[in-house]
Formats: sequence, structure tokens, C-alpha cells
Amino acid sequence: MLLRLEDATVRFDGRPVLDAVGLEVAEHEIVCVLGPSGSGKSTLLRVVAGLQPLDGGRVSLDGHDQSGVPAHKRGVGLMFQDHQLFPQRDVAGNVAFGPRMRGAAKAERAVRVKELLELVGLPGAARRRVGELSGGEQQRVALARALAPRPRLLMLDEPLGQLDRSLRERLVVELQELFGELGTTVLAVTHDQGEAFALADRVVVMRDGRIAQSGTPLDVWQRPVDEFVARFLGFDNVVDATVTGQAADTPWGKVPVPEGSAQGACALLVRPAGVRLVDVADGLRCTVAARTFRGTHVAVHLQPGGAPRLEAACALRDAPEPGDEVGVCFDAAEIMVLGGGPAA
Amino acid sequence: MALPVAFFGVFFAYPVAAIVVRGLKLDGVWQFGRIGEVLGDSGIRHVLWFTTWQALVSTALTLLIALPGAYVFARFDFRGKEILRAVVTVPFVLPTVVVGTAFLALVGHGGLFDELWGVRLDTTVWAILLAHVFFNYAVVVRTVGGLWAQLDPRQEEAARMLGASPSAAWRRVTLPALAPAVAAAALMVFLFTFTSFGVVQILGGPTFSTLEVEIYRQTSEIFDLATAAVLTIVQFVAVGLILALHAWTVRRRETALRLVDPSLTARRPRGAGQWALLGAVLATVVVLILLPLGVLVERSLDAPGFGYYKALTSDDSGIFLVAPIEAVGNSLKYAGAATVIALLIGGLAAAALTRRAGRLVRGFDALLMLPLGVSAVTVGFGFLIALDEPPLDLRSSWILVPLAQALVGVPFVVRTMLPVLRAVDERLREAAAVLGASPWRVWREVDLPMVRRALLVAAGFAFAVSLGEFGATVFIARADNPTLPVAVARLLGRPGALNYGQAMALSTILMVVCAVALLVLERLRTDRTGEF
Repeated sequence: MLLRLEDATVRFDGRPVLDAVGLEVAEHEIVCVLGPSGSGKSTLLRVVAGLQPLDGGRVSLDGHDQSGVPAHKRGVGLMFQDHQLFPQRDVAGNVAFGPRMRGAAKAERAVRVKELLELVGLPGAARRRVGELSGGEQQRVALARALAPRPRLLMLDEPLGQLDRSLRERLVVELQELFGELGTTVLAVTHDQGEAFALADRVVVMRDGRIAQSGTPLDVWQRPVDEFVARFLGFDNVVDATVTGQAADTPWGKVPVPEGSAQGACALLVRPAGVRLVDVADGLRCTVAARTFRGTHVAVHLQPGGAPRLEAACALRDAPEPGDEVGVCFDAAEIMVLGGGPAA
Repeated sequence: MALPVAFFGVFFAYPVAAIVVRGLKLDGVWQFGRIGEVLGDSGIRHVLWFTTWQALVSTALTLLIALPGAYVFARFDFRGKEILRAVVTVPFVLPTVVVGTAFLALVGHGGLFDELWGVRLDTTVWAILLAHVFFNYAVVVRTVGGLWAQLDPRQEEAARMLGASPSAAWRRVTLPALAPAVAAAALMVFLFTFTSFGVVQILGGPTFSTLEVEIYRQTSEIFDLATAAVLTIVQFVAVGLILALHAWTVRRRETALRLVDPSLTARRPRGAGQWALLGAVLATVVVLILLPLGVLVERSLDAPGFGYYKALTSDDSGIFLVAPIEAVGNSLKYAGAATVIALLIGGLAAAALTRRAGRLVRGFDALLMLPLGVSAVTVGFGFLIALDEPPLDLRSSWILVPLAQALVGVPFVVRTMLPVLRAVDERLREAAAVLGASPWRVWREVDLPMVRRALLVAAGFAFAVSLGEFGATVFIARADNPTLPVAVARLLGRPGALNYGQAMALSTILMVVCAVALLVLERLRTDRTGEF
């Protein structure tokens, strides 16, 4: 294992920010830590980098315990959230910084700078001042700088956080290709699930300093372990329910559940795709409260009488107008019983 | 942190302790009744009253005259603004002796006003008050104007959109944001005028005496060291209180203000009212600041063929053992040494203050400010009675003067360096560490390039302050090695047109050196480093 965290614990003023976290990253793996702000994911990176001392547990790289090894001797790379390029150096000066600290000769550094700037798509930018770079260019320079000393592990803190949407989507693809080509081992943190799912071989969801779920993007998306993960992934149709056989009692009435679901009180997730719009007479009676255009589909917000709102996904041409009365029925295939007990 | 603490222990705490002992311990017995005795003297009570009164009036007057200036500098954009900003800052680095001399040339006996209209103010308190306004104009313009320029005008616009009239918007939004800065500036001015020495010494004559002047008089004329020590203790306590109050207002000022780039908030004046305001401020600057300095230069040239300047080079005047012009060399040598010491001590202290936090460090921060407020006379007097006998006998060493000057210069160095060092993003240092830089290399590669400019500014400030330092130096400079300000004061103390003219000439030289140092600094400082 390249990186192994065992019971890593960090407390700020007695409050645990990392709470006995165990995590392993294999060589050439790309792992994305996903979580809301304050879930401890940035602290996780700082612990691995040696910028934040542990209050308990340990960090090993290549099987060697890193306690007592200062940041500059760990040989890991960290790309900061807002890049933190050195403002008084030009692009080449920034990229060459790492090799220079490791004692690389001048000619060697020049070769490395050229190589990396080509790699990140900025050939010829060597003499530019970092202040005049655009957000996307800064991001590329920061990446080149982090890669230049050939770190055994590259860590990215919200790598695309401040960029606009289209640029972000393009850069995710570029990053993925680049890391694949170089065989870089990557540990990234982000609060954006789209970014995490696009980049990662494996996704780790964090909550309040603990790991809530770990798995492939598809796995996490299809089978969120509990209500927190489901809601964090953007699913809002989560209610308390009691499962008996193949049906569940919910505020929305009887809802079918897949075969083999756990019985008893639980939290129930209904994916928007599992909410079917039918005639008023044929299902749960709802008023259309609002519609949001989502590009490939329309999210319809439905207000049943005396029950929580429901979100349905439907095709553009089928979407009802706000104020319309519709009926709703449910598709068992898009419904799942969540772990972690009834909804809070 | 160890070196700055040791420096302050030996050259500040120890002399202050020596003063306390000298004042309160007679024949080996503590006599706290001495305080009451000294303060009971009606002459001393009058000095205390006058010190406080003139400081209050000077402060009020300075605020009244300088606040419109602060507004103009903050909100208006006009040609020559940068030059004007430099011009109003010049007085602040001018030695008090030069300021005193300049006002003497303007409103004193045989001064410009005397010649034109027969008006003499040097026998009234007005000369002192005007000189204090001259001196502190920049403090208000810089402290208040600096913040004012960074206040987002859109805050006022937001208040307007919510139905506030222009005056209500200003009163409810801008004024509360500005109030702590005004309070801080007022306290600073009060402090400087409360401890005013050179100006009062030259313009006060026998009639007006502040605590500082009285301490000097008791020491050098009456030789009553015990009384001087008691007065110093009184002054020390008063200054400590003012500084504590100042620290408190500064902390309040730093809270929760949305600041923007000053260059975005200024625009060209619009309408007759605003142009009139700008004109009034310009007129104030010309009359208050340029006129005294102009008269000073004119008086120094009053003898045919640069006669006063030539006289400076001869040593037959009998006042000094050497030609007055040699004071220039002395001053430069002392100021250079003082700058090196101040940079070393102040730089180390600032670095320590950046890296650590907590109550202890905040206390140290306040301690560093003390010599600035505690008045030069305290420092000089303390050196005089503490460092002239074993275990530390530096009386015969030339380093004594630079040490005293450095003590006064260190607060400037710390104040200039600290904001810049604090502004260096900690994560920039972390980025360097992750890229393989050891802590020492982090400092060299990240911190140093960013503070190089501030370091130069700090050096310039320390140099200018040391060059003009008078209160401490006058106690300890040896008769055969006077500095420029000391030489000026001695020349003024003698009768005769030649001595007067030589004083003007020496003051002019000192002014030019300080002004040049400042103008170089103004070129260097692009951002608002420090608060002076």
C-alpha cells in the first residue's frame, strides 16, 4: 500500500476534526474524498502532507511510519485550493521550485520545466508572471509545480473549486487522462460530486471527521449507505418508512420496495426517476409547485396533500405546468431502503 | 525572540528601574511619600496642568484641521495627489528641533510675521499649538484617511437605497466605521503632544513647560535627579495608560470591516462645493506646512554668499569644541549604527510576533511600543543614570547614542514589518515546505522576497527617526560630538544673528536629509505598510 492511515485523529480545541480515520491508497489509484465543508477532508490532506500533526493514529507511506518526518522530507505533492503560486516568481520559477529544493542542476530544471509546461498545455508560458494568468492557467501551473519534483503521491485540495463550470468539466477530463498516462497516485478532496465521480477510481464520502462510505463512483451513486450520503449526493426524496414484505408505509402512502429489502423502520430513498406522473385519478394526488430545467430532463417539484414534497424527473415534453394537478405512482426499481435507521 | 527581549531588558527596563530607584529610594529606604511631595508643589502642578491642557487643545485642533484633509485624500482623485501625500508626511519625520526652528522663523522674534505685521506668537501658546498641528497633520490624514479610502462606498449606497438621506447614510454607516480610527489617531496625537519636548523647548521659552521639558530642566539645570525621576515615573504611568487605550481602539478597528482597494473608491471632485473643499485643504497644506519650511530655508540664506553655511565650517564660535558642520558627520554615523541595531532587533521581534500568538506575545508587542510613547527624555535620562556606572559603564562609548536612538527606532521597524509579514499567507509557506523547502529555506525563498521592500522602508524610517532624535540624545551626546539636532538647539540657546542664522542653516540641512529619505521611501512603499 502506498498510503495507509490508521485511526488518524486530529482535534481542534478538543473537537475531533478527524475521528479515527482509516484509509488506504494503492499505487496508481485515484481516490477522491468527497464531503461537505467542515467534514475534515482538507485536514486529511494536511495530515498526510505533514502540515498538521496527528493527535492519534498514524500515517505510513510505502510502509514507513511518517511521524516525525517534516513536510519537506515526505516527498508528497500538494496542490492548494487557491493554488498559492509564489507571486514574486514567474511561471518557470514556480515550476522549478521543487526540483531546485531537491538540488537539481540548472540545466536539468530547465528541461523539467519545459516538459511539464508542455504536459499541462502551457508551452511558452515560462516567462509570464503568475499575476497575469487566468484562473485556468493558474490551475495548470499549480499542477505542473506539484508534479515537477515527481512526488510519489499527488494530493489535490478542491483542484477545480474556483473555476467556472465549462472549464471545470474540460479540465476534469484532462486531469483524468494525464494521471492515467503518468500513472500518478492521486488523493483528491472535493465537495463537488460531479468532479469526484468523473475523476476517481474510488470515492470516499466523509462526514464529521469520519468516513461514511467508500466505493467505486457507480457503487456509491447507486447504493448510498445512509440518508446523509443520499442527501449529500443530491437526493431529496428521503422519508421515514416502515417496510413490511414488498411494500413500505410512508407519508406518501404505500410504496413498493425491491425484493429482499430489510424489514421494519428505516429511511427510504425514492430516486426522482422512480416517481411516475399519471392521471390524477390513478395515483397520489399532487400539485405541481415548481419546475427546474436540468438540460436532459425537467425536475418537477410536487406537493402532495399533508406530506413532504417529492421530486420527479420527467422528459421535457411531458412536464406539467406549475399549478397542474397530477397523480403519482412509484417504480420499485428506483427505490431503496437506506441503512443507518429512520430519517432524522 | 531572546535577543529583542534581552535588548529591551538591558536598555529599557533596566534604565527605567534605575529611574524608579533613584526617585523613590533615599538612603536605602523606599519613600513613596516622595510622589505626593513632588506633585504637591504648585510649580509642578502647573506643569502637569499645562501639559495635559496643551495636549488636549493640540489634539482637537489637529482633528479639526486634518479631518477634511483625510476625506480629500481618501475620496478625491486629483493631479499631484501623490506628491501632496508625500509633502504632508514630511513634517512627521522632521526632527522636532527643525519644526521648532521653522516656527521660530515664521512667528518668532524677527520672524516673517513680525516683519510683515508686527505679530509675534512665540510668547504665546499658539506657536506651540500650531507646531503640534503641523507635526501631527500627517498622523490623522494617514490613519483616518487610510481607512476611509478602503471603506466601500457601496455600503453608503446600500443605506441610500434603503431610504437613508445622504447625511443619515454618512452618520449611520461611514461614521461608525471610521470612529475607532479617529479615536486611535486622536490618542496618537495626544500621546505625541503630551510628550512633546523639542518643540516646547524651543518655542515655549521660560513661560511654558511640559512634563518632558521640566524633567530635562530638573536634570540639567537644577540637578535635582530625584524630582526628575519622580516626574518620569508619573509620565511613564500616563503614557502607559494612553498606549493601553490606543491598543484597545486599534483592536476594535480591526474587527469586521469590509475593506476594498483604495484606488477604487477615489474619484474626481464634482461640483463647486467639492472643488472648494479641495482648494481649502490645499491652502491649509501650503500655509501650515510649506510656509514654515519655506521661511526656514529663506532665513538660512539671509546672509550674503551663504554666510551662515560657511560659518558652520569654522570652529571659532566657542559653543562647540569642533566646527558645527561636523555634527552632520556625527549624525550620519550615529543614525547609520542606530538603523542597523533597530533593524536587527525590530526584524527579529517582528518575525517572532508573526510566528507566535497568545497573550504573552501581545504583551511583548505592547512593550515594543513603549519606548515610542514613553518619550525620549525618559530613555535619555534612564541611560544617563543607569549606564554610567558598573556593571554597565558605556558613558565613554560612542555606541551609547545609537543605542538610545535605536530604542526609539525599533517600534517603527516593528510596525512597518509586522503587517507585511502577517500578510504573507501561511499556506504559501506550506506550499514551499511541501515542495521540499526546509524551514530556513522557506524563510529565504518566501518571506524575504516579500518583505525586502518593507525592510527598506523600515530602514528609512529608523534612519530618519534616529537622525532627528533629540530628547534622548541631548542627555547623552558628548559636548565634542554633538548631533545635528543637539547642535541646532545649542546654537539657538545663544544670542546673536550669526548663531540664529547658523541654527537655521543646520536645520535646513537636517530637513533636506530627512525629506529626501522620506521621498525615497514614498517611492518604495506602494501599499499602506504600517500605520504611521
